[in-house]
Amino acid sequence: MSLLRVEGLGKEFGGVQAVENLSFSVAPGTVHSIIGPNGAGKTTLLNLLTGIHVPTAGGIYLRERELTGEPPYEYAAAGIARTFQNLQVFFNMSALENVMVGRYRHERCGLVAALLRFSSLARAERACRDAAGELLDFVGLGDYLGVRADAMPYGALKRLEVARALATEPQLLLLDEPAAGLNPTETQEFDALIGKIAGRGITVLLVEHNMRLVMGVSDHILVLDYGRKLAEGTAGEVRANPRVVEAYLGATVH
Amino acid sequence: MAAFAWLASPRTGGLAALAGVIALLPLALTNNYYYDVAILVGLNAIVCVGLNLLIGYAGQISLGHAGFFGLGGYGSAILSARYGWPPLAALVAATAAVGLVAFLIGRPILRLRGHYLAMATLGMGVIISIVVSTEDGFTGGPDGMSVPPLTLAGLVLQGERVWYWIVGALVIAAVWLAQNLIGSPTGRALRALSGSEVGAEVVGIDSSRHKVLVFVISAVYAAIAGGLTAHYSGFITPGKVSFFHSIELVTMVVFGGMASTFGAVVGAAILTTLPQMLTVFKEYEMVAFGAVMMGTMIFVPKGLVPSLAMLAAARHRPAVVRAIGSDR
Repeated sequence: MSLLRVEGLGKEFGGVQAVENLSFSVAPGTVHSIIGPNGAGKTTLLNLLTGIHVPTAGGIYLRERELTGEPPYEYAAAGIARTFQNLQVFFNMSALENVMVGRYRHERCGLVAALLRFSSLARAERACRDAAGELLDFVGLGDYLGVRADAMPYGALKRLEVARALATEPQLLLLDEPAAGLNPTETQEFDALIGKIAGRGITVLLVEHNMRLVMGVSDHILVLDYGRKLAEGTAGEVRANPRVVEAYLGATVH
Repeated sequence: MAAFAWLASPRTGGLAALAGVIALLPLALTNNYYYDVAILVGLNAIVCVGLNLLIGYAGQISLGHAGFFGLGGYGSAILSARYGWPPLAALVAATAAVGLVAFLIGRPILRLRGHYLAMATLGMGVIISIVVSTEDGFTGGPDGMSVPPLTLAGLVLQGERVWYWIVGALVIAAVWLAQNLIGSPTGRALRALSGSEVGAEVVGIDSSRHKVLVFVISAVYAAIAGGLTAHYSGFITPGKVSFFHSIELVTMVVFGGMASTFGAVVGAAILTTLPQMLTVFKEYEMVAFGAVMMGTMIFVPKGLVPSLAMLAAARHRPAVVRAIGSDR
Protein backbone atom coordinates (compact mmCIF):
# COMPACT_ATOMS: atom_id res chain seq x y z
CA MET A 1 0.00 0.00 0.00
CA SER A 2 1.24 3.47 -0.79
CA LEU A 3 1.69 6.00 2.00
CA LEU A 4 0.46 8.97 0.00
CA ARG A 5 -1.85 8.77 -2.97
CA VAL A 6 -2.83 11.74 -5.10
CA GLU A 7 -5.69 11.25 -7.55
CA GLY A 8 -6.51 13.62 -10.42
CA LEU A 9 -5.36 16.61 -8.38
CA GLY A 10 -6.01 20.09 -9.80
CA LYS A 11 -5.64 23.66 -8.58
CA GLU A 12 -6.78 26.69 -10.50
CA PHE A 13 -5.92 30.28 -9.59
CA GLY A 14 -8.24 32.66 -11.43
CA GLY A 15 -8.10 30.82 -14.74
CA VAL A 16 -4.49 29.67 -14.42
CA GLN A 17 -4.14 25.93 -13.97
CA ALA A 18 -1.21 25.66 -11.51
CA VAL A 19 -1.64 21.91 -11.06
CA GLU A 20 -3.67 19.85 -13.51
CA ASN A 21 -4.98 16.28 -13.33
CA LEU A 22 -1.99 15.05 -11.37
CA SER A 23 -1.90 11.50 -10.04
CA PHE A 24 0.98 9.78 -8.28
CA SER A 25 1.72 7.80 -5.17
CA VAL A 26 4.57 7.67 -2.70
CA ALA A 27 5.70 4.33 -1.28
CA PRO A 28 6.49 4.26 2.45
CA GLY A 29 10.13 4.45 3.47
CA THR A 30 11.36 6.05 0.25
CA VAL A 31 12.81 9.39 -0.75
CA HIS A 32 10.57 10.77 -3.45
CA SER A 33 11.60 13.88 -5.36
CA ILE A 34 9.60 16.36 -7.37
CA ILE A 35 11.48 18.41 -9.93
CA GLY A 36 10.50 20.79 -12.68
CA PRO A 37 11.31 24.20 -14.10
CA ASN A 38 10.30 27.37 -12.24
CA GLY A 39 6.53 27.78 -12.28
CA ALA A 40 5.94 24.06 -12.82
CA GLY A 41 3.62 23.96 -9.81
CA LYS A 42 5.94 22.32 -7.28
CA THR A 43 5.31 24.70 -4.41
CA THR A 44 1.59 24.77 -5.19
CA LEU A 45 1.63 20.99 -4.98
CA LEU A 46 3.27 21.10 -1.53
CA ASN A 47 0.71 23.66 -0.40
CA LEU A 48 -2.04 21.33 -1.60
CA LEU A 49 -0.46 18.38 0.20
CA THR A 50 -0.48 20.30 3.51
CA GLY A 51 -3.96 21.82 3.25
CA ILE A 52 -2.72 25.39 2.79
CA HIS A 53 -4.45 25.41 -0.62
CA VAL A 54 -7.71 23.57 -1.18
CA PRO A 55 -7.66 21.65 -4.49
CA THR A 56 -10.21 22.55 -7.16
CA ALA A 57 -10.23 18.95 -8.39
CA GLY A 58 -9.15 15.49 -7.28
CA GLY A 59 -8.25 14.01 -3.92
CA ILE A 60 -5.39 13.48 -1.46
CA TYR A 61 -5.15 10.29 0.59
CA LEU A 62 -2.71 9.38 3.37
CA ARG A 63 -2.82 5.63 4.03
CA GLU A 64 -6.09 5.67 2.08
CA ARG A 65 -7.63 8.19 4.47
CA GLU A 66 -9.00 11.13 2.51
CA LEU A 67 -7.65 14.52 3.61
CA THR A 68 -8.96 16.65 0.73
CA GLY A 69 -10.52 19.88 1.98
CA GLU A 70 -9.24 19.49 5.56
CA PRO A 71 -7.46 22.45 7.21
CA PRO A 72 -3.63 22.36 7.56
CA TYR A 73 -3.65 21.26 11.21
CA GLU A 74 -5.58 18.12 10.21
CA TYR A 75 -2.88 17.26 7.67
CA ALA A 76 -0.35 17.68 10.46
CA ALA A 77 -2.43 15.51 12.77
CA ALA A 78 -2.63 12.84 10.06
CA GLY A 79 1.18 12.72 9.90
CA ILE A 80 2.32 15.12 7.18
CA ALA A 81 4.96 17.70 8.16
CA ARG A 82 6.82 20.18 6.01
CA THR A 83 9.45 22.87 5.70
CA PHE A 84 9.16 26.04 3.66
CA GLN A 85 11.26 27.48 0.87
CA ASN A 86 10.59 30.96 2.26
CA LEU A 87 11.17 30.25 5.95
CA GLN A 88 8.21 30.14 8.32
CA VAL A 89 10.27 30.07 11.50
CA PHE A 90 8.91 31.56 14.74
CA PHE A 91 11.43 34.38 14.94
CA ASN A 92 10.03 35.54 18.29
CA MET A 93 11.22 32.33 20.00
CA SER A 94 14.42 30.45 20.73
CA ALA A 95 15.54 27.49 18.61
CA LEU A 96 14.48 25.10 21.35
CA GLU A 97 11.05 26.67 21.66
CA ASN A 98 10.55 26.48 17.89
CA VAL A 99 11.04 22.73 18.06
CA MET A 100 8.90 22.47 21.21
CA VAL A 101 6.03 24.07 19.26
CA GLY A 102 6.47 21.21 16.82
CA ARG A 103 5.59 18.82 19.67
CA TYR A 104 2.24 20.60 20.08
CA ARG A 105 0.01 17.77 18.96
CA HIS A 106 1.67 15.41 21.43
CA GLU A 107 1.80 17.86 24.34
CA ARG A 108 -1.42 19.83 24.09
CA CYS A 109 -3.31 20.25 27.33
CA GLY A 110 -6.55 21.63 28.67
CA LEU A 111 -6.93 25.31 29.45
CA VAL A 112 -7.42 24.76 33.18
CA ALA A 113 -4.31 22.60 33.41
CA ALA A 114 -2.37 25.33 31.61
CA LEU A 115 -3.68 28.21 33.72
CA LEU A 116 -3.10 26.43 37.04
CA ARG A 117 0.11 24.75 35.90
CA PHE A 118 -0.71 21.21 37.02
CA SER A 119 2.30 19.17 38.05
CA SER A 120 1.56 16.64 35.29
CA LEU A 121 2.04 19.53 32.87
CA ALA A 122 5.39 20.49 34.37
CA ARG A 123 6.59 16.90 33.87
CA ALA A 124 5.33 16.82 30.28
CA GLU A 125 7.10 20.13 29.67
CA ARG A 126 10.42 18.69 30.81
CA ALA A 127 9.96 15.68 28.53
CA CYS A 128 9.07 18.00 25.66
CA ARG A 129 12.19 20.11 26.31
CA ASP A 130 14.38 16.99 26.26
CA ALA A 131 12.81 15.64 23.07
CA ALA A 132 13.23 19.02 21.36
CA GLY A 133 16.85 19.22 22.49
CA GLU A 134 17.56 15.78 21.03
CA LEU A 135 16.05 16.80 17.70
CA LEU A 136 18.21 19.93 17.58
CA ASP A 137 21.22 17.66 18.10
CA PHE A 138 19.93 15.33 15.39
CA VAL A 139 19.84 18.11 12.77
CA GLY A 140 23.19 19.46 13.99
CA LEU A 141 21.96 22.53 15.88
CA GLY A 142 22.89 21.43 19.39
CA ASP A 143 24.82 24.67 19.89
CA TYR A 144 21.82 26.88 19.17
CA LEU A 145 19.54 25.60 21.95
CA GLY A 146 18.69 28.90 23.69
CA VAL A 147 19.51 31.21 20.80
CA ARG A 148 16.65 33.28 19.48
CA ALA A 149 15.75 32.34 15.92
CA ASP A 150 16.22 35.90 14.67
CA ALA A 151 19.89 35.67 15.65
CA MET A 152 20.54 32.42 13.70
CA PRO A 153 22.17 32.17 10.25
CA TYR A 154 20.12 31.16 7.21
CA GLY A 155 21.50 27.64 6.88
CA ALA A 156 20.75 26.92 10.54
CA LEU A 157 17.18 28.16 10.14
CA LYS A 158 16.61 25.66 7.33
CA ARG A 159 17.68 22.87 9.69
CA LEU A 160 15.57 24.35 12.45
CA GLU A 161 12.48 23.96 10.25
CA VAL A 162 13.44 20.32 9.69
CA ALA A 163 13.76 19.75 13.45
CA ARG A 164 10.40 21.41 14.06
CA ALA A 165 8.78 19.26 11.37
CA LEU A 166 10.35 16.09 12.81
CA ALA A 167 9.05 17.05 16.25
CA THR A 168 5.51 16.39 15.01
CA GLU A 169 6.62 12.75 14.51
CA PRO A 170 5.47 12.67 10.89
CA GLN A 171 5.02 9.70 8.58
CA LEU A 172 5.69 11.91 5.60
CA LEU A 173 8.10 14.85 5.57
CA LEU A 174 7.83 17.39 2.77
CA LEU A 175 10.98 19.44 2.12
CA ASP A 176 10.48 22.53 -0.04
CA GLU A 177 13.79 23.39 -1.74
CA PRO A 178 15.97 22.76 1.32
CA ALA A 179 19.18 23.49 -0.60
CA ALA A 180 18.06 26.84 -2.01
CA GLY A 181 20.45 29.50 -0.78
CA LEU A 182 22.92 27.02 0.73
CA ASN A 183 26.56 26.75 -0.30
CA PRO A 184 27.91 23.44 -1.69
CA THR A 185 29.22 22.25 1.70
CA GLU A 186 25.92 23.00 3.40
CA THR A 187 24.06 21.27 0.56
CA GLN A 188 26.22 18.19 1.03
CA GLU A 189 25.44 18.21 4.76
CA PHE A 190 21.75 18.46 3.96
CA ASP A 191 22.13 15.45 1.68
CA ALA A 192 23.46 13.50 4.65
CA LEU A 193 20.65 14.78 6.86
CA ILE A 194 18.00 13.58 4.41
CA GLY A 195 19.69 10.17 4.47
CA LYS A 196 19.55 10.16 8.28
CA ILE A 197 15.85 11.10 8.25
CA ALA A 198 15.04 8.33 5.78
CA GLY A 199 17.05 6.02 8.02
CA ARG A 200 14.55 6.73 10.79
CA GLY A 201 11.84 5.24 8.59
CA ILE A 202 10.31 8.61 7.68
CA THR A 203 9.19 8.94 4.08
CA VAL A 204 10.59 12.06 2.44
CA LEU A 205 9.02 14.06 -0.37
CA LEU A 206 11.65 16.44 -1.69
CA VAL A 207 11.07 19.43 -3.93
CA GLU A 208 14.44 20.66 -5.13
CA HIS A 209 16.25 22.50 -7.88
CA ASN A 210 19.68 21.18 -7.07
CA MET A 211 20.04 18.26 -9.49
CA ARG A 212 23.06 16.76 -7.79
CA LEU A 213 21.17 16.55 -4.51
CA VAL A 214 18.05 15.11 -6.16
CA MET A 215 19.84 12.53 -8.29
CA GLY A 216 21.95 11.34 -5.39
CA VAL A 217 19.32 10.93 -2.72
CA SER A 218 16.08 9.98 -4.50
CA ASP A 219 14.52 6.54 -4.87
CA HIS A 220 11.89 7.92 -7.17
CA ILE A 221 11.53 11.15 -9.15
CA LEU A 222 8.44 12.90 -10.47
CA VAL A 223 8.93 15.57 -13.13
CA LEU A 224 6.38 18.37 -13.37
CA ASP A 225 5.95 20.85 -16.20
CA TYR A 226 3.14 23.41 -16.41
CA GLY A 227 1.38 21.69 -13.53
CA ARG A 228 1.27 18.30 -15.23
CA LYS A 229 3.23 15.10 -14.85
CA LEU A 230 5.92 14.99 -17.50
CA ALA A 231 7.76 11.86 -16.43
CA GLU A 232 8.26 9.56 -13.48
CA GLY A 233 10.77 6.93 -12.48
CA THR A 234 14.17 6.34 -10.96
CA ALA A 235 16.98 8.85 -11.37
CA GLY A 236 18.38 6.91 -14.32
CA GLU A 237 15.03 6.63 -16.08
CA VAL A 238 14.25 10.31 -15.69
CA ARG A 239 17.68 11.38 -16.85
CA ALA A 240 17.30 9.26 -19.97
CA ASN A 241 13.82 10.56 -20.79
CA PRO A 242 14.08 12.85 -23.85
CA ARG A 243 11.00 14.85 -22.84
CA VAL A 244 12.61 15.72 -19.52
CA VAL A 245 15.83 16.75 -21.19
CA GLU A 246 13.91 18.93 -23.60
CA ALA A 247 11.56 20.56 -21.09
CA TYR A 248 13.82 20.92 -18.14
CA LEU A 249 17.46 20.11 -18.41
CA GLY A 250 17.61 21.52 -21.94
CA ALA A 251 15.82 24.70 -21.00
CA THR A 252 17.76 25.63 -17.88
CA VAL A 253 21.47 25.48 -17.32
CA HIS A 254 22.60 23.71 -14.15
CA MET B 1 22.22 28.60 45.96
CA ALA B 2 19.89 25.91 44.64
CA ALA B 3 17.28 26.83 47.21
CA PHE B 4 17.08 30.28 45.69
CA ALA B 5 17.16 29.13 42.07
CA TRP B 6 13.42 29.70 41.77
CA LEU B 7 14.03 33.40 42.39
CA ALA B 8 16.18 33.61 39.28
CA SER B 9 13.45 32.12 37.13
CA PRO B 10 11.39 34.98 35.72
CA ARG B 11 8.10 33.22 36.42
CA THR B 12 8.46 32.73 40.15
CA GLY B 13 11.12 35.39 40.77
CA GLY B 14 9.16 38.09 38.96
CA LEU B 15 6.00 37.11 40.77
CA ALA B 16 7.78 37.26 44.13
CA ALA B 17 9.13 40.71 43.26
CA LEU B 18 5.67 41.89 42.26
CA ALA B 19 4.15 40.54 45.50
CA GLY B 20 6.92 42.29 47.44
CA VAL B 21 6.19 45.62 45.76
CA ILE B 22 2.47 45.27 46.43
CA ALA B 23 3.10 44.31 50.07
CA LEU B 24 5.52 47.19 50.73
CA LEU B 25 3.88 49.92 48.67
CA PRO B 26 1.43 50.98 51.45
CA LEU B 27 4.50 52.32 53.36
CA ALA B 28 4.72 55.00 50.68
CA LEU B 29 0.99 55.58 50.36
CA THR B 30 0.49 58.34 52.90
CA ASN B 31 -3.05 59.35 52.06
CA ASN B 32 -6.25 58.02 50.48
CA TYR B 33 -5.57 59.76 47.19
CA TYR B 34 -2.36 57.77 46.75
CA TYR B 35 -4.28 54.61 47.59
CA ASP B 36 -6.86 55.54 44.98
CA VAL B 37 -4.19 55.95 42.29
CA ALA B 38 -2.59 52.65 43.29
CA ILE B 39 -5.95 50.88 42.99
CA LEU B 40 -6.53 52.37 39.53
CA VAL B 41 -3.05 51.21 38.54
CA GLY B 42 -3.93 47.69 39.68
CA LEU B 43 -7.24 47.62 37.84
CA ASN B 44 -5.60 48.85 34.62
CA ALA B 45 -2.79 46.35 35.12
CA ILE B 46 -5.32 43.49 35.15
CA VAL B 47 -6.75 44.63 31.80
CA CYS B 48 -3.27 45.08 30.34
CA VAL B 49 -2.01 41.66 31.43
CA GLY B 50 -4.97 40.12 29.58
CA LEU B 51 -4.63 42.41 26.58
CA ASN B 52 -0.93 41.62 26.39
CA LEU B 53 -1.77 37.93 25.94
CA LEU B 54 -3.72 38.91 22.83
CA ILE B 55 -1.49 41.67 21.45
CA GLY B 56 1.97 40.93 22.78
CA TYR B 57 2.03 37.14 22.73
CA ALA B 58 -0.49 36.05 20.09
CA GLY B 59 0.23 39.03 17.82
CA GLN B 60 -3.42 40.03 17.29
CA ILE B 61 -4.63 43.61 17.72
CA SER B 62 -7.73 44.89 19.47
CA LEU B 63 -8.75 48.54 19.46
CA GLY B 64 -12.01 47.74 21.21
CA HIS B 65 -11.13 46.31 24.59
CA ALA B 66 -12.66 49.24 26.43
CA GLY B 67 -15.89 47.77 25.08
CA PHE B 68 -15.35 44.59 27.10
CA PHE B 69 -14.17 46.62 30.09
CA GLY B 70 -17.34 48.71 29.85
CA LEU B 71 -19.65 45.75 29.28
CA GLY B 72 -18.23 44.12 32.41
CA GLY B 73 -18.72 47.34 34.35
CA TYR B 74 -22.18 48.18 33.06
CA GLY B 75 -23.33 44.55 33.14
CA SER B 76 -22.41 44.22 36.78
CA ALA B 77 -23.81 47.68 37.57
CA ILE B 78 -27.15 47.06 35.86
CA LEU B 79 -27.66 43.59 37.36
CA SER B 80 -26.90 44.80 40.89
CA ALA B 81 -28.46 48.29 40.79
CA ARG B 82 -31.54 47.67 38.64
CA TYR B 83 -32.29 44.00 39.27
CA GLY B 84 -31.13 43.70 42.85
CA TRP B 85 -28.58 40.94 42.20
CA PRO B 86 -25.89 40.49 44.87
CA PRO B 87 -22.95 42.52 43.44
CA LEU B 88 -20.54 39.58 43.44
CA ALA B 89 -23.00 37.39 41.53
CA ALA B 90 -23.62 40.28 39.14
CA LEU B 91 -19.87 40.64 38.58
CA VAL B 92 -19.44 36.92 37.84
CA ALA B 93 -22.50 36.82 35.56
CA ALA B 94 -21.44 39.95 33.67
CA THR B 95 -17.93 38.53 33.20
CA ALA B 96 -19.32 35.26 31.87
CA ALA B 97 -21.62 37.15 29.53
CA VAL B 98 -18.70 39.22 28.22
CA GLY B 99 -16.77 35.99 27.61
CA LEU B 100 -19.68 34.70 25.56
CA VAL B 101 -19.97 37.97 23.61
CA ALA B 102 -16.22 37.90 22.90
CA PHE B 103 -16.55 34.32 21.68
CA LEU B 104 -19.43 35.17 19.34
CA ILE B 105 -17.73 38.31 17.99
CA GLY B 106 -14.28 36.76 17.91
CA ARG B 107 -15.17 33.84 15.64
CA PRO B 108 -15.96 35.98 12.58
CA ILE B 109 -13.59 38.93 13.13
CA LEU B 110 -10.45 37.03 14.08
CA ARG B 111 -10.29 35.68 10.52
CA LEU B 112 -9.11 39.18 9.69
CA ARG B 113 -5.48 40.19 10.03
CA GLY B 114 -3.44 43.30 10.76
CA HIS B 115 -5.11 46.55 9.82
CA TYR B 116 -8.39 44.84 8.99
CA LEU B 117 -8.59 43.26 12.43
CA ALA B 118 -7.79 46.67 13.95
CA MET B 119 -10.67 48.20 11.99
CA ALA B 120 -13.10 45.43 12.98
CA THR B 121 -12.28 45.60 16.69
CA LEU B 122 -12.46 49.38 16.53
CA GLY B 123 -15.95 49.09 15.02
CA MET B 124 -16.91 46.62 17.74
CA GLY B 125 -15.78 49.05 20.45
CA VAL B 126 -17.63 51.97 18.87
CA ILE B 127 -20.86 49.94 18.61
CA ILE B 128 -20.68 48.95 22.29
CA SER B 129 -19.93 52.54 23.22
CA ILE B 130 -22.95 53.85 21.26
CA VAL B 131 -25.25 51.23 22.75
CA VAL B 132 -24.12 52.20 26.25
CA SER B 133 -24.73 55.93 25.70
CA THR B 134 -28.11 55.54 23.98
CA GLU B 135 -29.73 52.83 26.12
CA ASP B 136 -30.20 55.35 28.90
CA GLY B 137 -33.08 53.41 30.45
CA PHE B 138 -30.51 50.84 31.57
CA THR B 139 -27.24 52.69 31.59
CA GLY B 140 -28.22 56.22 32.58
CA GLY B 141 -26.93 57.45 29.20
CA PRO B 142 -24.13 60.01 29.02
CA ASP B 143 -24.55 60.85 32.72
CA GLY B 144 -23.56 57.36 33.79
CA MET B 145 -25.08 55.47 36.70
CA SER B 146 -24.25 54.78 40.31
CA VAL B 147 -23.20 51.28 41.30
CA PRO B 148 -23.73 49.57 44.67
CA PRO B 149 -20.57 48.53 46.55
CA LEU B 150 -19.28 44.96 46.44
CA THR B 151 -20.36 42.72 49.30
CA LEU B 152 -18.69 39.51 50.36
CA ALA B 153 -20.54 37.21 52.80
CA GLY B 154 -22.59 40.11 54.12
CA LEU B 155 -19.51 42.32 54.49
CA VAL B 156 -19.56 45.57 52.50
CA LEU B 157 -16.20 46.12 50.82
CA GLN B 158 -15.56 49.83 50.99
CA GLY B 159 -12.68 52.18 51.53
CA GLU B 160 -9.37 52.51 49.71
CA ARG B 161 -7.38 50.39 52.13
CA VAL B 162 -9.65 47.35 51.78
CA TRP B 163 -9.77 47.70 48.01
CA TYR B 164 -6.00 48.06 47.79
CA TRP B 165 -5.51 44.53 49.11
CA ILE B 166 -8.32 43.07 47.01
CA VAL B 167 -6.93 44.56 43.81
CA GLY B 168 -3.36 43.73 44.82
CA ALA B 169 -4.26 40.07 45.30
CA LEU B 170 -6.12 40.01 41.98
CA VAL B 171 -3.17 41.55 40.13
CA ILE B 172 -0.92 38.80 41.47
CA ALA B 173 -3.50 36.17 40.48
CA ALA B 174 -3.87 37.74 37.01
CA VAL B 175 -0.10 37.73 36.46
CA TRP B 176 0.29 34.19 37.82
CA LEU B 177 -2.41 32.78 35.54
CA ALA B 178 -1.06 34.64 32.51
CA GLN B 179 2.49 33.44 33.18
CA ASN B 180 1.28 29.86 33.58
CA LEU B 181 -0.63 30.04 30.31
CA ILE B 182 2.37 31.45 28.44
CA GLY B 183 4.63 28.73 29.82
CA SER B 184 2.27 25.96 28.67
CA PRO B 185 1.94 24.26 25.26
CA THR B 186 -1.12 26.43 24.64
CA GLY B 187 0.89 29.57 25.37
CA ARG B 188 3.65 28.41 23.04
CA ALA B 189 1.02 27.87 20.36
CA LEU B 190 -0.18 31.46 20.89
CA ARG B 191 3.34 32.82 20.54
CA ALA B 192 3.83 30.68 17.44
CA LEU B 193 0.80 32.39 15.86
CA SER B 194 2.53 35.70 16.26
CA GLY B 195 5.73 34.27 14.73
CA SER B 196 4.18 32.56 11.71
CA GLU B 197 0.57 31.55 11.38
CA VAL B 198 1.29 29.13 8.53
CA GLY B 199 4.19 27.65 10.46
CA ALA B 200 1.89 27.08 13.42
CA GLU B 201 -0.85 25.49 11.32
CA VAL B 202 1.44 22.96 9.67
CA VAL B 203 2.61 21.60 13.03
CA GLY B 204 -1.00 20.97 14.01
CA ILE B 205 -2.12 24.20 15.70
CA ASP B 206 -5.68 25.26 14.93
CA SER B 207 -4.99 28.98 14.59
CA SER B 208 -8.56 30.27 14.60
CA ARG B 209 -9.41 28.25 17.73
CA HIS B 210 -6.40 29.68 19.55
CA LYS B 211 -7.11 33.23 18.44
CA VAL B 212 -10.67 33.00 19.71
CA LEU B 213 -9.43 31.45 22.95
CA VAL B 214 -6.98 34.25 23.70
CA PHE B 215 -9.49 36.88 22.59
CA VAL B 216 -12.03 35.49 25.10
CA ILE B 217 -9.42 35.28 27.88
CA SER B 218 -8.36 38.89 27.33
CA ALA B 219 -12.01 40.00 27.23
CA VAL B 220 -12.67 38.21 30.53
CA TYR B 221 -9.67 39.96 32.13
CA ALA B 222 -11.06 43.30 30.91
CA ALA B 223 -14.58 42.51 32.09
CA ILE B 224 -13.45 41.57 35.60
CA ALA B 225 -11.44 44.79 35.87
CA GLY B 226 -14.37 46.77 34.45
CA GLY B 227 -16.81 45.29 36.97
CA LEU B 228 -14.41 45.88 39.86
CA THR B 229 -13.79 49.47 38.75
CA ALA B 230 -17.54 50.14 38.70
CA HIS B 231 -18.13 48.69 42.18
CA TYR B 232 -15.03 50.34 43.59
CA SER B 233 -15.75 53.86 42.41
CA GLY B 234 -19.51 53.47 42.93
CA PHE B 235 -20.08 55.07 39.57
CA ILE B 236 -19.63 54.30 35.88
CA THR B 237 -19.79 56.61 32.85
CA PRO B 238 -19.59 55.94 29.09
CA GLY B 239 -16.07 57.37 29.15
CA LYS B 240 -14.87 53.95 30.38
CA VAL B 241 -16.27 52.37 27.18
CA SER B 242 -14.91 54.96 24.79
CA PHE B 243 -12.51 54.48 21.90
CA PHE B 244 -9.99 56.66 23.75
CA HIS B 245 -9.96 54.26 26.66
CA SER B 246 -9.27 51.39 24.22
CA ILE B 247 -6.33 53.29 22.81
CA GLU B 248 -5.09 54.07 26.30
CA LEU B 249 -5.09 50.35 27.15
CA VAL B 250 -3.20 49.37 23.98
CA THR B 251 -0.73 52.18 24.67
CA MET B 252 -0.03 50.83 28.16
CA VAL B 253 0.73 47.38 26.71
CA VAL B 254 3.03 48.73 23.99
CA PHE B 255 4.72 51.20 26.35
CA GLY B 256 5.49 48.58 28.99
CA GLY B 257 6.68 46.07 26.39
CA MET B 258 4.90 43.60 24.18
CA ALA B 259 5.07 39.93 25.09
CA SER B 260 6.16 40.76 28.63
CA THR B 261 3.60 40.23 31.38
CA PHE B 262 5.52 42.42 33.80
CA GLY B 263 5.88 44.99 31.04
CA ALA B 264 2.09 45.21 30.91
CA VAL B 265 1.99 45.86 34.66
CA VAL B 266 4.75 48.48 34.45
CA GLY B 267 3.08 50.12 31.44
CA ALA B 268 -0.21 50.35 33.32
CA ALA B 269 1.54 51.72 36.38
CA ILE B 270 3.46 54.43 34.56
CA LEU B 271 0.74 55.55 32.18
CA THR B 272 -1.85 55.65 34.97
CA THR B 273 0.32 57.71 37.31
CA LEU B 274 2.02 59.86 34.66
CA PRO B 275 -0.99 62.14 34.00
CA GLN B 276 -1.25 62.70 37.79
CA MET B 277 2.40 63.70 37.92
CA LEU B 278 2.20 65.86 34.82
CA THR B 279 -0.46 68.09 36.32
CA VAL B 280 2.40 70.50 37.12
CA PHE B 281 2.43 71.31 33.40
CA LYS B 282 -1.15 72.56 33.76
CA GLU B 283 -2.66 73.15 30.29
CA TYR B 284 0.38 71.57 28.63
CA GLU B 285 -0.24 68.30 30.46
CA MET B 286 -1.35 66.40 27.35
CA VAL B 287 1.54 67.82 25.35
CA ALA B 288 3.98 66.54 27.95
CA PHE B 289 2.20 63.18 27.97
CA GLY B 290 2.48 62.94 24.19
CA ALA B 291 6.16 63.88 24.34
CA VAL B 292 6.87 61.10 26.85
CA MET B 293 5.08 58.61 24.59
CA MET B 294 6.96 59.66 21.46
CA GLY B 295 10.27 59.64 23.30
CA THR B 296 9.64 56.12 24.55
CA MET B 297 8.75 54.78 21.13
CA ILE B 298 11.83 56.39 19.57
CA PHE B 299 14.37 55.42 22.22
CA VAL B 300 12.96 52.13 23.56
CA PRO B 301 10.85 50.81 20.68
CA LYS B 302 10.53 47.35 22.20
CA GLY B 303 8.86 48.85 25.24
CA LEU B 304 10.26 49.61 28.66
CA VAL B 305 10.66 46.22 30.33
CA PRO B 306 12.09 44.19 27.38
CA SER B 307 14.50 47.03 26.55
CA LEU B 308 15.73 47.29 30.14
CA ALA B 309 16.07 43.52 30.32
CA MET B 310 18.16 43.54 27.15
CA LEU B 311 20.33 46.31 28.54
CA ALA B 312 20.88 44.34 31.72
CA ALA B 313 21.62 41.22 29.68
CA ALA B 314 24.31 43.03 27.71
CA ARG B 315 26.01 44.15 30.92
CA HIS B 316 25.65 40.97 32.87
CA ARG B 317 25.40 38.24 30.30
CA PRO B 318 25.40 34.83 31.99
CA ALA B 319 22.63 35.26 34.56
CA VAL B 320 20.17 37.34 32.66
CA VAL B 321 20.36 35.72 29.22
CA ARG B 322 18.74 32.68 30.75
CA ALA B 323 16.06 34.79 32.36
CA ILE B 324 15.07 36.55 29.16
CA GLY B 325 15.40 33.41 27.15
CA SER B 326 12.69 31.63 29.09
CA ASP B 327 10.47 34.66 29.64
CA ARG B 328 9.89 35.45 25.98
